[in-house]
This record gives sequence, C-alpha cells and structure tokens, in this order.
Amino acid sequence: MSTMLSVVQPTSTWYLVLSAVLFGIGTIGVMVRRNPLIMFMCIELMLNAVNLSFVALSSQIANIDGQVAVFFVLVVAAAEVVVGLGIIVSIMRRRTTLTVDDMSGLKG
Amino acid sequence: MELFVFVVAAAMVLAGALGVVTRSNPVHAAMSLVLTLFGIAVMFVAHNAHFLAAVQVIVYAGAIVVLFLFVIMLLGVDKAEDLSVEPITNQRPLAAIIGVGISSIVIAAIVSSRAGLGAVGEGVNETTVDSPDANIRQLARVIFSDNVFAFEITSVLLLVAVVGTVVMARKTKSVGTGK
Repeated sequence: MSTMLSVVQPTSTWYLVLSAVLFGIGTIGVMVRRNPLIMFMCIELMLNAVNLSFVALSSQIANIDGQVAVFFVLVVAAAEVVVGLGIIVSIMRRRTTLTVDDMSGLKG
Repeated sequence: MELFVFVVAAAMVLAGALGVVTRSNPVHAAMSLVLTLFGIAVMFVAHNAHFLAAVQVIVYAGAIVVLFLFVIMLLGVDKAEDLSVEPITNQRPLAAIIGVGISSIVIAAIVSSRAGLGAVGEGVNETTVDSPDANIRQLARVIFSDNVFAFEITSVLLLVAVVGTVVMARKTKSVGTGK
C-alpha cells in the first residue's frame, strides 16, 4: 500500500480536471440559484477554478507567470465583490425580497 | 503523500462547492465557500505557491467571505429560502446539462492535450529552490519588473472600486428638504 501511494503521484492533469469540475459546478450554481449573493459566491467558485488551473500549469511548465496572473485575478476579484455587494445593498434599499427575478426593471 | 493531500483537498473543494450550490441558507453557503477556498489554498501549497496560498486565505477566506457575511446580516436574509420552486420551466435540468457539458468539453481538451503538456516540464518544478522564500522572491521580481505597470493600475482599480462603492451604498438625501 505504501509503495502504491508513493508510485501514484497526482499529475497536473488531475488538478486541471478538478478545476474543470469546479468551474462546471460554479456555472450550474449561477444558472440555478436566484439569490444574488449565492450567485456571487458561485462566480467566486469559477474564479477559483481558473486560479487553480493557472497555478497547476505554472508549476507544470516551471514558469512563475501563471502565479502572477493569479495574483492579479485575486485583486480584481476583491474589487468585483466590493462593487457587486455595494450594488446589491443599494438595490435592496428599495425592495424587500432578494431575488434576481424581481429585478426586471430594464425588461422591454 | 502527495496523493493523500490531493484527495483530501479535492474532497474539501468539491464538498464546499456542492454546498454553495445546494444549501438553502446563505450563511451555510458562505461557510461552504470557506471550505472550498481552504482546499484551493492547500493545493496552492502543494504546488509550492506559498505566497498565493497565504493571500488566498487572508483575502478570500478572510476578507471576502466576511464581506459576504456582513451583507447577509445587513440585509437580514439569513433565513433558509425555498428551493423547491422552479420559476423557469426545466431550468435546473437545462442548467445541469450546460454545466456538465462545459466541464466535459474542458476535460476532454485537457485529456487530449495531456501528452504535449507532460513533455514540457515533466512535472519538475524549477521554481522551488532550496531557500524557503524562493517563491516570494521570484514572484516579487516578476511583478515589480515585468508587470509593474499592471501592478500600479491595480491600485487605481482598487481606488475606483472603493469610491464607487461608497457613492452607491451611501444614503441619498432627498433634494427638496434642503439638508
């Protein structure tokens, strides 16, 4: 058993497949859930999936540029969450229910 | 050992992700998100991306999730919502088909291009040198030399985000009252 554990090493393909699955779960969440906060969390899931694949590939090809990209993604994600939650708070000031289906003011 | 780390971290990531999508209470969903983010941080450590793992825990699991929880409490939506209704007909089956389809396409691309990928680095991580802070040194060198302009623009982005949020979330005084 211990020899088997030392032989089977997770390659970067495993990490990439995991990140693809995580991205799919995040996509399903954005499409299914109606609470904008949960939709934001699912977007964070998708961002993290991409970050994971960046880091896995960066380690695979021995190039640090992928980690630099992840660094900037982290910054942009933080800014995005701040602005998005500000929008949600200002929308909720006029409404009582928190559902994206009710926000149809721009519907033609 | 690496296999063990991968299996545990992958279980954390997937359990947390499924929790975010399926839990009806937003607070529970936020806690599941913390689980996923920690799993991702563990994987960053496994890839010798120590700085990113630390930032992941501090910024994501710390700041962003706390921000989510603040907004949940502020809006008073910390109640379980009814997930049994399906407002659009066949929304969930269609979403499942699309999500699984996207994952399948990406996985197929990964598996089919696996041979070319393995030939590049053969899994050897040359970014790890003997020094424990080699990762931070390398990252800093690249960020502050090649990407220094992007780094400075990032500060402008954060400033714009902060100012925009303050403007949006501020209580707008009505014009006629004279105050």
